Amino acid sequence: MIFRGRALKYGDNIDTDVIIPARYLNTTDPKELAEHCMEDLDADFREKVKEKDILVVGDNFGCGSSREHAPIAIKASGVKCIVAKSFARIFYRNAINIGLPILELPDAIDEINEGDEIEVDFESGIVKNITSGKSYKTFPYPPLIQEIINKGGLIEFAKEKLRKGGNL
Amino acid sequence: MGMTITEKILAAHANKKEVFPGELIFVKLDFILANDITGPLAIKEFEKIGVDKVFDNERIALIPDHSTPNKDIKSALQSKILRDFAKKYNIKFYYEVGRVGIEHALLPEEGLTLPGDCIIGADSHTCTYGALGAFSTGVGSTDLAYAMATGEIWLKVPESLKFVYYGKLSQWVTGKDIILFTIGEIGVDGARYKAMEFSGEVIKNLPMADRLTICNMAIEAGAKNGIIEPDDITINYVKERAKREYKLYYSDKDANYKEIYEWDVSRLEPVIAFPHLPSNVKKISEISKDIYIDQVYIGSCTNGRIEDLRLAAKILKGHKVHPDVRLIITPATPKTYMQALKEGLIEIFLEAGASITPPSCGPCLGGHLGVLAEGEKAVATTNRNFVGRMGHPKSEVYLANPAVAAASAILGRIGAPWEVEVKK
Repeated sequence: MIFRGRALKYGDNIDTDVIIPARYLNTTDPKELAEHCMEDLDADFREKVKEKDILVVGDNFGCGSSREHAPIAIKASGVKCIVAKSFARIFYRNAINIGLPILELPDAIDEINEGDEIEVDFESGIVKNITSGKSYKTFPYPPLIQEIINKGGLIEFAKEKLRKGGNL
Repeated sequence: MGMTITEKILAAHANKKEVFPGELIFVKLDFILANDITGPLAIKEFEKIGVDKVFDNERIALIPDHSTPNKDIKSALQSKILRDFAKKYNIKFYYEVGRVGIEHALLPEEGLTLPGDCIIGADSHTCTYGALGAFSTGVGSTDLAYAMATGEIWLKVPESLKFVYYGKLSQWVTGKDIILFTIGEIGVDGARYKAMEFSGEVIKNLPMADRLTICNMAIEAGAKNGIIEPDDITINYVKERAKREYKLYYSDKDANYKEIYEWDVSRLEPVIAFPHLPSNVKKISEISKDIYIDQVYIGSCTNGRIEDLRLAAKILKGHKVHPDVRLIITPATPKTYMQALKEGLIEIFLEAGASITPPSCGPCLGGHLGVLAEGEKAVATTNRNFVGRMGHPKSEVYLANPAVAAASAILGRIGAPWEVEVKK
């Protein structure tokens, strides 16, 4: 998986309440959720994401509530992938489980400016800032997580286990 | 090398002799739960897997507590999805409105979350049950779907942080202040991916309600789980309630901790977390006396138990809520409500001019039953003060213990319990 796009930047401790406020949690429809994604943080998010579709964010992204509606809203907004200094742990699991590609890359974030053209290679763990010409490498995922990602999420992982006749 | 209580519980549930921090394991689950926000999404994912039954219909709780009693038509549909699924799969622990309480207050009270358990819940505050000596962590809906089908989940064994509290707590200082102080010290990601083990003489002397409050907010420091070794207080709490066998685990003397924090909390005073992070903590004696408020909320999975209501009632007795303030109080469960009624607490609240809601998570997450308008400020005994948490993105939430919240309701501004006369 290689994604190329422009960086949309946000800071540290972006919580799931601002990613998708509770007042919109009366639905599980990705399209409806996407309509309100990030609106309490940045009213122009929906407009910006049309041009800049790689989120480049600080520490502890997705902290707070376990609502999976948050990564679903981001994915349905058209965000291709997220590169962060670090993710809050439930968001990290949720993103992997629903097939939203994410990568932790602490060193690169401060050197990427909003609007920079970025290429993220999930196989090699290499992130290139095309605009600045710099590239960065991160640790690969552990095999189990890589397998879940390769299957497209935890549900597909479970289905394949079932198909192979294994115990779930 | 010895193991921590967290590592021992995980090893036992992974059917291994030992586990190491960083290791990815599959663990068997003793109990799992979801609510009316996370449950419907989990059900949608569960149905994609293509199995025709849940792993164990007596080890799943489905708890419609967030938007109930149904706040609007769309929420009513979400609740219905949960209810229909519970019927279809014969889920034993489905709680209907009237019998439902706030999940993390309800399950310990019902004896369904027990020492030594390995528990996941599709709600971030599932870490609450660590107070009973269990491994318990919050996950998302897809994880919960997988767990409903298999009774298992993959986990990374967390590194453990040990927190040791010495001394004797002053009057009006509670478990809430201990955990807010701790988050203030280490930050909202100070325990990210890690286990927080709370210990020391202060914890040993704390009643179960305060312990539940402390573990409840471990997630607010980014932790995977909060945990307290079981003792007589734990056993006294669970022995009358337990619906299953349980097992006690303790950390080895030579267990490995990533970090050990030791604090004398004798001089700790009630603390307030200012907007917009739970780590933005200030001592009550150091804040200005002109932070006027519009609403006070006493409730939630953090501080809606009978002990919290008793504390609030002690302050509110014989007083009136300030004319400019709405005081909203939520007993966390029907049993708590009934107990508060029997003890005369509800009468004290109503005499003071408070509004009592049914058990619900509504106000805490800005769902219903007390949403804030633009520019409004609230003192809340809840767990999060993020932007827009209790309503409008330009409203503000100040986190505090129930005594501070009650005193503030009377004063009309953020104030200390000792500013209010305690009446007999």
